Amino acid sequence: MNTNFKFLNTFIIQGIIAFLFLIFLLNLILGSVSIPFPEVLKILAGKGTNVIWTNIVLRTRLPQTIVATGAGMALGVAGLMMQTLFRNSLAGPSTLGISSGSSLGVALVVLIARKAWLTTIYRMGFWGDTLVVVASFTGALFVLGLILYFSRKIGGSLSVLIMGVMIGYLSNSLVGILKYYSFEKDVHNYVLWGLGSFGRLPLERALPFGFITISVSFLCLFLSKPLDLIALGENYARNLGLNIQRSRNAIILVAGLLTAFVTAFCGPVVFIGMAIPHLAKLVSGTSNHFRLILNTCFIGGATALLCNLAARLPGIEGELPINSITAFVGAPVVISVIWKRRKENLMDR
Amino acid sequence: MKIPYLEFDDLTIGYGSKSKVKIVASGLSASLNAGELICLLGSNGTGKSTLIRTLCGFQKFYHGQAYIEGKKLELLDEKSISFLLSVVLTDRVHIPNATVKELVAYGRSPYTGLLGKLTKADMDIVELAITQCGLMHKCNDVLSGLSDGERQKVFIAKALAQDTPIVILDEPTAFLDLSSRVEVLQLLREIASRSGKAILLSTHDLDLALQMADRLWLLKAGGPMITGSPEDLIYNNVFQEMFQKQGVVFDNRTGLFRVEYPCRKELPVKGHGFEYVLLRRSFARKGIKIVHTETFDGFYIHIEATAGYPFCFFDNNRLLFREQSVEIFTNKVSSIIV
Repeated sequence: MNTNFKFLNTFIIQGIIAFLFLIFLLNLILGSVSIPFPEVLKILAGKGTNVIWTNIVLRTRLPQTIVATGAGMALGVAGLMMQTLFRNSLAGPSTLGISSGSSLGVALVVLIARKAWLTTIYRMGFWGDTLVVVASFTGALFVLGLILYFSRKIGGSLSVLIMGVMIGYLSNSLVGILKYYSFEKDVHNYVLWGLGSFGRLPLERALPFGFITISVSFLCLFLSKPLDLIALGENYARNLGLNIQRSRNAIILVAGLLTAFVTAFCGPVVFIGMAIPHLAKLVSGTSNHFRLILNTCFIGGATALLCNLAARLPGIEGELPINSITAFVGAPVVISVIWKRRKENLMDR
Repeated sequence: MKIPYLEFDDLTIGYGSKSKVKIVASGLSASLNAGELICLLGSNGTGKSTLIRTLCGFQKFYHGQAYIEGKKLELLDEKSISFLLSVVLTDRVHIPNATVKELVAYGRSPYTGLLGKLTKADMDIVELAITQCGLMHKCNDVLSGLSDGERQKVFIAKALAQDTPIVILDEPTAFLDLSSRVEVLQLLREIASRSGKAILLSTHDLDLALQMADRLWLLKAGGPMITGSPEDLIYNNVFQEMFQKQGVVFDNRTGLFRVEYPCRKELPVKGHGFEYVLLRRSFARKGIKIVHTETFDGFYIHIEATAGYPFCFFDNNRLLFREQSVEIFTNKVSSIIV
């Protein structure tokens, strides 16, 4: 703790970073078409000779890999911030219904667009994207605000969680009503989006997506001190000189932004936003958010890449929806957290 | 004149929203000086916690003035208060993975920069605070593995690391067993005397407060706050008035509280000393008051301290039985006379 960067020398974090690189490369190499590793490197260096392979790597695998890395980091960091803010170890973008709020926002613009502008949102280029992000962000912030309000009135992490699930149901049924009035083509688009995928963006859009998600995730390091203090509880934090309201707003904005951004482009990716911070806490054995955020970034990227890889394991035609894989990572974590809490409750009594 | 660390005058405290305000107490005045340990006493619901939260700047007050080091409390923001006053609260803190050292180090937050990086000097202060609280051997333990008493000391160490002239503690001895209570209060007493910090704590431990505190603040429901040294308050019969109706008697000579039992019968006793004191306590629980009298007819007790069986029970000078055990003696006697 003397120096925040000292731990970078430690074995574990080095291992995780190495693993992140390895899994990044594996995402480029493995797939239904097998491309030899040296060839992949050549293609990345711009010296590819096989046109089909070059297309597969640059048009499909590279953007998907970049998006998965960014999305994993962003969701993990957003989840960590929510867990600290709500003082609830089960909080996360999907468990609290934040992703659902985002989805509702997206549904609104996607399904209404044809009525309003006589075209699909996906034909509107940059402005279409911006609109989707803004709608998604608004939905996420709305639900975050709502949950924060309720959690401060009610308390109890499980009841807040149930509230998140309920908000999810509500927004789903709102989306259902919207679908009823929409064109089949738009509904089809929306349903595909809702399955979740890291592979929907072409390279020229994947690069800015990756840049924004990864850089914002690392910029969250500047929120590590307020997060440390908020973890102590409101009164202790205030007594240690923290402006609670301002810090809380900043954390909500950034967590909402990260969730919204990922949700807008990848669909509502469930569970990993809640699971990754637990892995980070397990590995780092600290309460210091500077280290937790860094670990979450690396582990988040690696986890999402691992899920992405699992979704298109060799032998599978095409790819599985990413959500069916992430649930395998997330659900066991939720169960283990509840199991651990049961033991702690017994110890408290 | 020296400015008190903390001072308030004619303070009205309460809580609530804009539309509904519940006033808890009013007309409170007191001051807190360097090197003083002050215990805030009062029954539940008299506003101890509200007063503490108000003085910490967590909630506003409705009338009167409050000053920290001569500065108006309502004009101070979180940042300035964090250098003047540190707190130990009853809030339950659960941070996964947090170690003793990490938690105490959070006490340095007002002094650290944007990323909360600690300097060597900060670390020295943190270690000193941990040592002062006698927790150096647990330095790298996680909080959830500590006992309640140790955990309370960790938060006291956090307050010490914050290095403020004033430390305020809300019921630091609640939920602790007797020996931990004494330890925590001794630690606070030592800190106040040695470092010159002013310490204010609320507690229900009256007899400990009477022995340890320089001054007491007594909160009564509705009424103004009574302040003074324990001895002055005893001398002025404040405690006797306070507990008059609660079946508790405050013994001015010992400075201790005694439970008052209803007395249904009196029994004469011959003899005195330690055995007499023990018998009196034992019989009091049975509703029997043993009294010294001149005449001994009918039933009476004789204490022969030199004998192997000191407790003798007589009926008109005839020895009925003698016992060694206070319990057996008391039970036998009370079954005869009640």
